[in-house]
Amino acid sequence: MSSDESVNKTRRTLVVSAGAVGAVGAAAALTPFFTSMAPSERAKAAGAPVEVDLSKLEPGMLVTEEWRGKPVWVLHRTEEMLTGLESMSSSVSDPDSKLPMQPEYAKNLGRSIKPEYLVLVGICTHLGCSPSQKLEAGEASGLGADWTGGFFCPCHGSKFDLAGRVYKGVPAPTNLEVPPHQFLSDTRLLIGEDSVRSS
Amino acid sequence: MMRICLAILFCAISGISLAAGGSVELREAKINPSDAASLQRGAKLFIDRCLSCHEASYMRFNRLTDIGLSSEQIKQYLIKDPSVKVGDTMTNAMRPADAKVMFGVVPPDLSVVSRSRGADWLYTYFVSFYKDDASVTGWNNALFPHVAMPHVFWQEQGVKVLQHSDDGKAVLVEEVPGTATATEFDRMMLDLTNYLVFMGEPAAEKRKQIGSLVLIFLVLFAFLAWAVKREFWKDVH
Amino acid sequence: MASSFTNWIDQRFPMTKMVREHLTEYYAPKNFNFWYFFGGLAIVVLAIQILSGIFLTMHYKPDAERAFASVEYIMRDVPLGWLIRYIHSTGASMFFVVIYLHMFRALMYGSYRKPRELLWIFGMVIYLCLMAEAFFGYLLPWGQMSFWGAQVIVNLFGAIPFIGPDLAVWIRGDYVVSDATLNRFFALHVIAVPIALLGLVVAHIISLHEVGSNNPDGIEIKKNKNPETGKPIDGIPFHPYYTVKDIFGVVVFLIIFAAIVFFAPEMGGYFLEHNNFIPADPLKTPPHIAPVWYFTPFYSILRAVPPMFGSQFPGVMAMGAAVVILFLLPWLDRSPVRSIRYKGPIFKWSLAVFVLSFVILGYLGLKPTNVWGQFGPWMGGADRATVVAQICTVIYFLFFLTMPVLSRLDKTKTVPERVTS
Repeated sequence: MSSDESVNKTRRTLVVSAGAVGAVGAAAALTPFFTSMAPSERAKAAGAPVEVDLSKLEPGMLVTEEWRGKPVWVLHRTEEMLTGLESMSSSVSDPDSKLPMQPEYAKNLGRSIKPEYLVLVGICTHLGCSPSQKLEAGEASGLGADWTGGFFCPCHGSKFDLAGRVYKGVPAPTNLEVPPHQFLSDTRLLIGEDSVRSS
Repeated sequence: MMRICLAILFCAISGISLAAGGSVELREAKINPSDAASLQRGAKLFIDRCLSCHEASYMRFNRLTDIGLSSEQIKQYLIKDPSVKVGDTMTNAMRPADAKVMFGVVPPDLSVVSRSRGADWLYTYFVSFYKDDASVTGWNNALFPHVAMPHVFWQEQGVKVLQHSDDGKAVLVEEVPGTATATEFDRMMLDLTNYLVFMGEPAAEKRKQIGSLVLIFLVLFAFLAWAVKREFWKDVH
Repeated sequence: MASSFTNWIDQRFPMTKMVREHLTEYYAPKNFNFWYFFGGLAIVVLAIQILSGIFLTMHYKPDAERAFASVEYIMRDVPLGWLIRYIHSTGASMFFVVIYLHMFRALMYGSYRKPRELLWIFGMVIYLCLMAEAFFGYLLPWGQMSFWGAQVIVNLFGAIPFIGPDLAVWIRGDYVVSDATLNRFFALHVIAVPIALLGLVVAHIISLHEVGSNNPDGIEIKKNKNPETGKPIDGIPFHPYYTVKDIFGVVVFLIIFAAIVFFAPEMGGYFLEHNNFIPADPLKTPPHIAPVWYFTPFYSILRAVPPMFGSQFPGVMAMGAAVVILFLLPWLDRSPVRSIRYKGPIFKWSLAVFVLSFVILGYLGLKPTNVWGQFGPWMGGADRATVVAQICTVIYFLFFLTMPVLSRLDKTKTVPERVTS
C-alpha cells in the first residue's frame, strides 16, 4: 500500500470511529428530550388506580367512577342478567372475547373476575361517546320488547349487552373495554391495576 | 419612580445587617446525602412535626421511594390518612387566612427552602431557639430574631435561654433539659436538615451518577476527536 | 445513486454550490488559535438553548400563579426535566462566557476593522438581543430575584425624562411587574428574540464570509494568493480542517458544560441564584438584589453615577453608553496595524487595564455598595466600593475615548507578509 493510501485508510478509520462514537453520543444526548415527553409524575398520580366501595352497590345498580379521565362503570349484575348472557352470544360479534379488549382474567362469558361485578370503560368503541344505560329488559328501556338489557350509544346507535359485548350490525367494531382491576376484598374493588402486575 | 429605585437600593444595603440576625455564625451541617437511614428518619420528623403548619406542595410522597422506602411503608408509617394517596403531594389542610391570624404570617412552603437558605443555615436555625417571654409564641431564635415560628422540638431539646458571656457574645444556655440528650437532639436536627436538602432537589444523587458517565464518555470522545484533528492537520504543517 | 440524488437537488436548490462556497472552498487563515473557537461555540450554545427551551416550554406555565410551581414540576415530576432545566440555565450563563471571550478576541486582533465593520455591528446587535433575551428569560421562573430584578430594570426605563413613567407602564402592561409582564416577556423570550437572533446570526456569518476571516496576525490572507489556484497561500479550506478542529473544541466545551450541569448547576449561586428559590413576593424586597453575573459590569456603572438634578437618568445613560460605545470601535481605532501582536505598549496596557476594570466592575456589581466599607471623613465617608467603581467606569470610557489619539501615538511593529503560527 502506498503511503498515500495508508494515510487515507487511517483517516477513514479515524473518521468512521469518531463518527460512530459521536452518533452514539448524540443519540444519548437527545434521549432525555424525548423521555421528558412521557407522562409525568403528576399525570401518573392523576391516573392512579381508583378504589370503589361495593358494600352499598345493590344488585341491578350501576355506579360510575372516573379513572384516567374516563368513566368506568361498575354494574352489580343480578342472576337474571347473568343467565341471559348465554342466549345473547349469537347476537353479538365477538361472543368469546377473542379480540384483546379485556385482561386475560376477563376472557370469559361474563367478562369479569366475579360474575356479579361487571367493570367496563364506559366509552363506545366506535367514536368515543359514552353510551347510555339501558339495563332493564323489555319495553321499559325504549329499545323494543326484545331488548334483553345492556347499553345503547346515542351517537350512532351502537348496542352492547350486559357483558359489554358489541351487537352485530352496529357501527362499533369491538366489545367495550374492560380495564385492569382487582378485588382488594369482597367489598373493595381497585380499578386501574391488576394483582398480576401490582408492585 | 426614581425614589423607589433608590429606596430599593438603600434597602439592599441596610437590609443585610437587619436580616442576618447579627453575627450568629453558621454551624456546619455535617450531612450525608447517601445515608438512607438518616434521610428516612428526617422524612418522618418532617412529616410528623412540620407538615401540620408547613406544606411541601411540590414534593410527592411516592418520591420517598428514592430514599429506600416502599409504597407500603410510606402509606403505613408516614401518610396514615387513608384518603391521601401515595402519589399525592405533601399539602396540609391549613387555610392561609387562618395561618395569618394564628402566626401573623403564612408558614412558607418548604419544598425548596434548602436551596434558598442552605443546609448550614437550616441546621443552625433548628438548634438556635430559646425561651423569650417577650415574644408572642414564647420563643425566639438567635439566627432569625422574632421569627413567628414556635420551637417545635422544645420537648426533645429542652428549654434554653439567651445569655451574654463575659466577652459580650450571645450564648444559649440550658435551663430545662429535654427528653433527648444533646447528641441525640443534634442527630435529629441533622437528619431533618439532610431530609430537607434531599427534598429540595430529589434528583441530586441521580444527577451526579449520570454526570460521571457523561464525563467519562466525553473525555474518551475528546481523545478520539483530537486524534482526528491531528491526523488531518498533518497536511497543514 | 447518491450522485443522481445530489443532481436532482442541485437542479432545484444550490446545495453543492453552498457547500463549496461556505465549507470546502471557503478559505480561512491557517493560524487560528484558541480564541477562534468561540464563534462556533456560540452557535452550539444557541442550538442548545433553543432545543432545551422548546422542551421546557412543553411544561412551563407563563402565569404568575403557576410559573414558579411549573418550574418545580419540571424539576421533579417531568422525567429528566431537571436535566433539561439545568442545561438551559447553564447554557444561559455559558452563552455570555463564550460571547465575552469571542468579543475579547475581536478587541485583541482588530477583527472589527475595515472591511469588517458591518460584521462587528451585526455582532453588537446580537449582543444586545442576547442581553434582552436573558433579561426576558430571567423573569420566567418568577422567583424573588426574577421579580425584583425586572422591577428595577423596568424602573430604569421609567427614569427617562418626560416619556419614562408611561414607557415603563407600557413595557409592564401594568403599574408593577405582574402577570401581564410575565406573559409578554414569555412571548418575547420564546419567539420574538430567538427569531431575531437566528436572522442576525445568519447575517453575521454571511458578512463574515463576504470578506473572509481576520486572524491573530491581522493580515489579509486574500492579499497573497497562489498564482495557479487563485487561493490564499495562508488559507486552508474550512472543511475539513476547521470542521475537525471545531468538533474537538466543541467536545472540550461540552466537558466543561457537563461538569457544571451535573456537578455544580447552581455555580455557588451565580448561575442559579439562591433567592430565586423563593417565590416572587411583590410586598417583600430581598435584602440584596443584584442582577445575574453577566450584567453586573454595566449595573456597576449604573450605580457608580450619582443622581444628578434629582434624577437617576444620568446613571441609566452611562450604562447605556457603556454598551453603545462598543459600536463605535471600528472608527475609534486609528492604528495602522490591526492586531495586538504588532501594536505597542500603550495598547497592551490599555487593554489590560480595560479588562481589569471590567472584571472589577463585574465583581462589585454582585455585591452591596458597602462591601469594602467607607473612607474616612477626608472623602466624605463615601463607600470605598463606589469610589472604585467610579474610577473603573472612568477607565472603561477612557479606553474608548482616548483610542483615536493613543492608537496613532502608539509604537507599532512591522506586520509580516505571511502569517505566523
